[in-house]
Amino acid sequence: MANVLVNAPKTAKKGQVVEIKALIMHVMETGFRPGTNGRIIPRNIIEDFTATWNGREIFRMKMSPAIAANPFVSFSAIATESGTIAFRWGGDEGFVAEHQVAITVT
Amino acid sequence: MRAFASAAVLLAVFTGSLALAQSDGRRSGYQDMGPALQKMQDDDTANPAMLFVQAGATAWSEKAGAAGKSCADCHGDPAVSMKGVAARYPAFSREAGRPVDLEGRINLCRTNHQQAPALASESDGLLALSAYVALQSRGQPIAPPNDVQLAVLRAQGAEIYKRRQGQLNLSCANCHDDNPAKKLAGATIPQGHPTGYPIYRLEWQALGSLKRRLRNCVVGMRAEAWPYDATEYLALESYLMERARGMAMDAPALRP
Amino acid sequence: MLRRSFLAGAITVLPFAAQATPEALAAAIKEVTGDAPLHEGKVALDIPPLVENGNAVPMTVKVDSPMTADDHVKAIHVFNEKNPQPHVFNAWLSPANGQARIVTRIKLADTQKVVAIAETSKGEFWAAHADVIVTIAACIEDIT
Repeated sequence: MANVLVNAPKTAKKGQVVEIKALIMHVMETGFRPGTNGRIIPRNIIEDFTATWNGREIFRMKMSPAIAANPFVSFSAIATESGTIAFRWGGDEGFVAEHQVAITVT
Repeated sequence: MRAFASAAVLLAVFTGSLALAQSDGRRSGYQDMGPALQKMQDDDTANPAMLFVQAGATAWSEKAGAAGKSCADCHGDPAVSMKGVAARYPAFSREAGRPVDLEGRINLCRTNHQQAPALASESDGLLALSAYVALQSRGQPIAPPNDVQLAVLRAQGAEIYKRRQGQLNLSCANCHDDNPAKKLAGATIPQGHPTGYPIYRLEWQALGSLKRRLRNCVVGMRAEAWPYDATEYLALESYLMERARGMAMDAPALRP
Repeated sequence: MLRRSFLAGAITVLPFAAQATPEALAAAIKEVTGDAPLHEGKVALDIPPLVENGNAVPMTVKVDSPMTADDHVKAIHVFNEKNPQPHVFNAWLSPANGQARIVTRIKLADTQKVVAIAETSKGEFWAAHADVIVTIAACIEDIT
């Protein structure tokens, strides 16, 4: 289970624009750094990040090696209905991480 | 995630207290950072160190070792039991008959009370617990114990701090006492107060202890780093904590 | 052609990675925008002008857009000038976002220009850039 820290409001008014923050522990090795033996440390990054609200995609990001280690993203979404906001990270070496938060919209 | 609730409460107090610089002219590394990094540290929902705190919170409740005990089994709610603890280390452990820093104290608990193997220096497991415990001292003044057994260690630390060493023949004091706030190769020289350890150092892209930072300095000065278990680190840490007595803790901090 | 192959050789020979060039930046932007013109305006790229460490530079990109079905930001593309490769990130948005605002942290290898391009549902491209001075730590530990 990857170490993930997501911050989204637990409740919101319908139509309110909420800020969603997602932080995940990942080395984001660029593939350009030499190691102690002088040889390049192979690339190991998260490349895809998606967020859905009750299954509908609300945000998608393609990360490059230029995203900092332990990647942090914050984006906005309109609160439409109560349900689940789901997050998915995927990347090199078959890395996959998923997380969900519940939100109540009144 | 009780830690986050208490952290949120402390955040208001904490940011306010740091806004007031020490009236005696002492500055923490936080005050030497630009506003963008200060903002990153202040936001518990964005500070990368909080990933380690989260891992530490999980570890706190996990049973470990032959004794099958978790930290929580003996220490309960860390917001209560661990408040001010990180601000008091290094300390002399009567149990072990020697001085230990916070990481050393955590390992004493592991081996003596949980009957679990000690966690490796700078390992994710040890740093996570250290970050979680240090968070509970947020805003607390650094208060090294008035223990006569620490006095010798502190004196040793003061001597090392002022001793020139390595190829560049520099002492810690040359930069951190004589030239703080000036630039060294574009970077601001801090006064070197350990208010935020363990820190998420952007240079490391990871969390690390004060010991790692001291090794970093010694290597940076082109001197030979002492082995990981050397008392030199404890001596320096004890001296630095005494030097920073009264300053507010801001662990786990972000630093460049 | 000759310079490209020299750079490829340099990566394997030197311990330092090849530097991206302003040409690589222009080529990467062109891949996204094609021959469409880049308009200035609407995009606000907030990034500190001087950073203490290039490993994690906080940045915010905001686009002035109503984010309605008829007029919204479809995508935001961010590029850099001097990292070993010119991309920073691509993000895809929709009216479901309510506002076009992304905050993240990026790596910058050197003092350089960062470019943010917003692609709208009307097929227009709006751009902003920021110049960032990157300083590094004075005392660097060895990796061991």
